[in-house]
Amino acid sequence: MTNDMSLSKALNAGLRAAMAADETVVLMGEDIGRLGGVFRVTDGLQGEFGAYRVMDTPLAESGIVGMAIGLAHAGFRPVVEIQFDGFVYPAYDQIVTQLARHFARSGGGLQVPVVIRIPYGGGIGAVEHHSESPEAQFVMTPGLKVVTPATPQDGYWMIQQAIAADDPVIFMEPKRRYWQTGEVDVDASPPSLWSSVVRREGTDATLIAYGPTVTTCLEAAEAAEADELDLEVIDLRTLSPLDLAPVYASVRRTGHAVVVHEAARTLGLGAEIATRITQECFYSMEAPVQRVTGYDTPYPPSRAEDEYLPGIDRILDTVEALLSDEWVTESPSGAGRWGRVG
Amino acid sequence: MGDARAHPGGAPVQRCVQLLTPDGDRIDDPEFAYDGDQEAIAQLFRQMVLIRRIDTEGFALQRHGELGLWPPLLGQEAAQVGSTAALGPDDVVYPTYREAGVAWLMGVDLADLIGQWRCSTLGSWDMRRHRFGPLSIVIGAHPLHATGYALGLKLREEEGVVLTHFGDGASSQGDVMEALEFGALDQVPVVFFCQNNQYAISLPATRQSAVPIVQRASGFGMPGVQVDGNDVLAVQAVTAAAIDRARAGGGPTLIEALTYRMGPHTTSDDPTRYRDDAEVESWRARDPIDRVRKLLQRLGTPSTFFADVDAEAETLGAHVREVCSALPEPDLAAWFDHVYAEQTDELRAQRGEYVAWRSQYGGVA
Repeated sequence: MTNDMSLSKALNAGLRAAMAADETVVLMGEDIGRLGGVFRVTDGLQGEFGAYRVMDTPLAESGIVGMAIGLAHAGFRPVVEIQFDGFVYPAYDQIVTQLARHFARSGGGLQVPVVIRIPYGGGIGAVEHHSESPEAQFVMTPGLKVVTPATPQDGYWMIQQAIAADDPVIFMEPKRRYWQTGEVDVDASPPSLWSSVVRREGTDATLIAYGPTVTTCLEAAEAAEADELDLEVIDLRTLSPLDLAPVYASVRRTGHAVVVHEAARTLGLGAEIATRITQECFYSMEAPVQRVTGYDTPYPPSRAEDEYLPGIDRILDTVEALLSDEWVTESPSGAGRWGRVG
Repeated sequence: MGDARAHPGGAPVQRCVQLLTPDGDRIDDPEFAYDGDQEAIAQLFRQMVLIRRIDTEGFALQRHGELGLWPPLLGQEAAQVGSTAALGPDDVVYPTYREAGVAWLMGVDLADLIGQWRCSTLGSWDMRRHRFGPLSIVIGAHPLHATGYALGLKLREEEGVVLTHFGDGASSQGDVMEALEFGALDQVPVVFFCQNNQYAISLPATRQSAVPIVQRASGFGMPGVQVDGNDVLAVQAVTAAAIDRARAGGGPTLIEALTYRMGPHTTSDDPTRYRDDAEVESWRARDPIDRVRKLLQRLGTPSTFFADVDAEAETLGAHVREVCSALPEPDLAAWFDHVYAEQTDELRAQRGEYVAWRSQYGGVA
């Protein structure tokens, strides 16, 4: 059965399916019950499953995650909603020193299958602390897995797969895509949660994106057609573990790679991905891997966010420079910003 | 700063429950009673002597370079034994790192316990089998887990109650406050057992909390009980009452057990820099084991009993040393295997990389 629905509705449907399939699945978070969540992702679930399975918690992120860890010890599969990306930090200690480590600490005896849902990223004109992209901080924490859907279909599938996983999963939801609609086939079999997919095939360069920038890159690829540029777009879907096999296959064909993410540049996912591409595809590459990212500033006042976020123009300028052998060197001095091969 | 020996705020605590004086005299409390017989008291005595011996050996093993660190429990035997004795067969403990005695009483293998302080494991016991959670080294992180577990028991309408130990230092942590709040809001079956051993490393408890810690309870909407933490009978009675209350659906209780850490914070600490001998001696006079020995002797316990317990402690001490010397070195290759329940290709590859590198130098592939 195929329905057209928004990412928000698809996540809601996925949560409903997971709760119906497994009575140990419980939802916890601020305003997720009666209100249905500030983005309505949990809309109607408390009415359907009751206040003990969809719990409105006090406003205490560390407490919510710590409680979820204890519930997981007791055999539950808690799904926590952090209301906004910028509010996850009070829970950072519980996530990093506890959630990520209990399985290792116990010698593999104590599973903590907690899912932490975090609406993330900018683009909605929000006030401070509502547009952050902290995914790298979780990706660099051993013991956590990190995934991010970009489409309603993936939202529906991936939330159920994350809940069924026996490891803690940080589930990053691209909030500015909550209202974007797409087809959702509720009967089809999903690919592995830990796999990346090619969203658009192309021959000239490979755009590597995840979460909110998948749509941006697809739009950029479409716009590039006017310039007779044929861009491949890969949706990573899983950030930890990374599945870069499709990326390597693509870059070996195109010889050009651009990583696009909203998070700040330094030690963002792009740094890791660029290193790995260089190691795996060195002799196929015609230019260094490029990054189109947020800048290394705090997230700006949102009236300036269109300039900060990687948009179609910045992506295409980078691609054109790359293909004309004029790539960005990212020199901190600014001197030699445009480099040339040979 | 005022007088560091007194809490700057709050009223004087009206009552600290005591059922056995330091002189070994049994006294009555209007609310709490210890109803065990002489044999039960003898068992508490035995357990206290034995965990003190484990502690003595742990300390000595660290001094011999066998352990990386040891956090002594000397002086806190009554708090550990009394609180554990109050547990029913379905009840679960979430400890802090100083609960070596509780761990042993809950049946945790000495190899697992000693291994953690030898730094050959991070604590590998089966939590569900022993009903004993991971030792929490991050101060105050675990009462939330205890409360979450207790919420799980309530959701499933199971019998168990969760007892969580923490110290006066942990009482300053936001996570502990959040645990008290979550526990009280949903009236979950959890008992918060604060061992106030008077110091968080060097900072006195009177500088951790503006009011006596027990008085925090009322603000969270739960009963608070202060108990002589060196009186094993009172600790058991107070904890049992709190557990009964939680089991009956009455929600959490905050217990403040006043005790004293006779030794250093850990084997790396030097308590002479922050407290004086007179204070230590005043607490030595309130020793948790001596007073029970006096009581048992007065009740006519034969001297052979005490000799037997001492002999058992000797045997246990030797066993601790044997267990320590038999501990295997950790295998880094195996460490890759339980980072995730579902192994990742990345870690599989890194494991292979490490094993291949090691094998070049004669390591086991």
